[in-house]
Amino acid sequence: MIKTDILIIGAGPTGLFAVFEAGLLQLKCHLIDALPQPGGQCAEIYPKKPIYDIPGFPEILAGELVDNLMEQIKPFQPGFTLGERAETIEKLEDGSFVVTTNKGTKHNAPIVAIAGGLGSFEPRKPILDNLSKFEDNGVAYMIKEPEIYRNKKVLIAGGGDSALDWSIFLANIASEVTLVHRRNEFRGALDSVEKVQELKNQGKINLITPAEVVGLHGDDKLEKVTVKKTDTSQEMDVEVDNFIPLFGLSPKLGPIAEWGLEIEKNAIKVDNSLDYQTNIPGIYAIGDVNTYPGKLKLILCGFHEATLMCQSAYQRIFPNKKYVMKYTTVGGVLGFDGSKKEAPKAVVKTIK
Amino acid sequence: MSDIVLKIRDREGMLHEVDAPTDMNMNLMEVVRSYELAPEGTVGICGGMAMCASCQFYINSDHSLPEKSDEEEAMLSEAFFVNDNSRLGCQIPITEDLNGLTVELAPEGA
Repeated sequence: MIKTDILIIGAGPTGLFAVFEAGLLQLKCHLIDALPQPGGQCAEIYPKKPIYDIPGFPEILAGELVDNLMEQIKPFQPGFTLGERAETIEKLEDGSFVVTTNKGTKHNAPIVAIAGGLGSFEPRKPILDNLSKFEDNGVAYMIKEPEIYRNKKVLIAGGGDSALDWSIFLANIASEVTLVHRRNEFRGALDSVEKVQELKNQGKINLITPAEVVGLHGDDKLEKVTVKKTDTSQEMDVEVDNFIPLFGLSPKLGPIAEWGLEIEKNAIKVDNSLDYQTNIPGIYAIGDVNTYPGKLKLILCGFHEATLMCQSAYQRIFPNKKYVMKYTTVGGVLGFDGSKKEAPKAVVKTIK
Repeated sequence: MSDIVLKIRDREGMLHEVDAPTDMNMNLMEVVRSYELAPEGTVGICGGMAMCASCQFYINSDHSLPEKSDEEEAMLSEAFFVNDNSRLGCQIPITEDLNGLTVELAPEGA
């Protein structure tokens, strides 16, 4: 069981900055994120795009902002559970919460701060009638262990980098690789596109374009798929062991929606007059995941919400402690790692 | 600059005639959000970066629209329920030329 003071769900910019504000109050944080790296949308969707409304930064790339935040919170040694999705929450007798991920990792904290943004990023699934029947019986949306495809007939659908890269990779492992894409054009790194062309010419990748998968067949497990050429409407059956649709990721609020929190407009309602707490005391929601009258989904608003949330969390954890906010310029930053940042002292010296 | 009229069919099949300003740097996706023609969080999820297809529209009038960028082209090639007349609303700025434009929101989950 991972124990911490504030358990933050979502490692986007708001969640990361919450670690800093908590750290100033000597509260420890642990973050859970479904993506394999911290940064949320900024790192996953648009790392190379500029942001112009971060106060003090006329222009900063989303990826740089994440790097800076990681540097800023380093002294406070946050823990991370990455690549796992927060699944269930339960309240213990002592008032603290246990959050368990889809992989069974358990986290215990008196405070939970949901900084989940748009939700967790999940694979986009094609719309096919009996798709769910074949999930884990031949259909997979991501490739975890390439070895299981050894000597198998694999069909990949998609036209982006991951479809190209996995087709290339599996060409040497699987007995047959078929790549199906709705267009003739693929969009990916130039050398990936060229490599697929080369493998196609060598007969190592069977390319079907423009086409899409329109049917799945098999008794218990997938045996063949129907592929429809979109230009001629001609349909053909392809015998396969595995079908891997790679259509990117899309955000879903996911299991958090089942936690008994008040939801409005696909977001979690919070008390914005005070501390961004939800209808469940001890659970807060900050950043893009929350809603209140006048809400704006801006990173800078998330930073503010994170700051007030930490003050409230402190008072919940230490109801009898007196505390006044201190400027970092005055108090410096004392890291849990023993590091200390502070303003240089002025010297008092007579000038003769 | 003046407002133009757009005819927008929502996901429930209701047709809305709405006024859209041409001087507010708005796009079709934002017009739909401003009139709340689809629940918040179901349209314009990526914020207008052509990185999701939640604002996919079918264009049902023959107005001439700006060419698709590479990003829009790529997104539409991965999206679902795509037709020849599919466009991403976030990539269509509201201009005076679009007066009378008739569009339909593609299903959720596109």
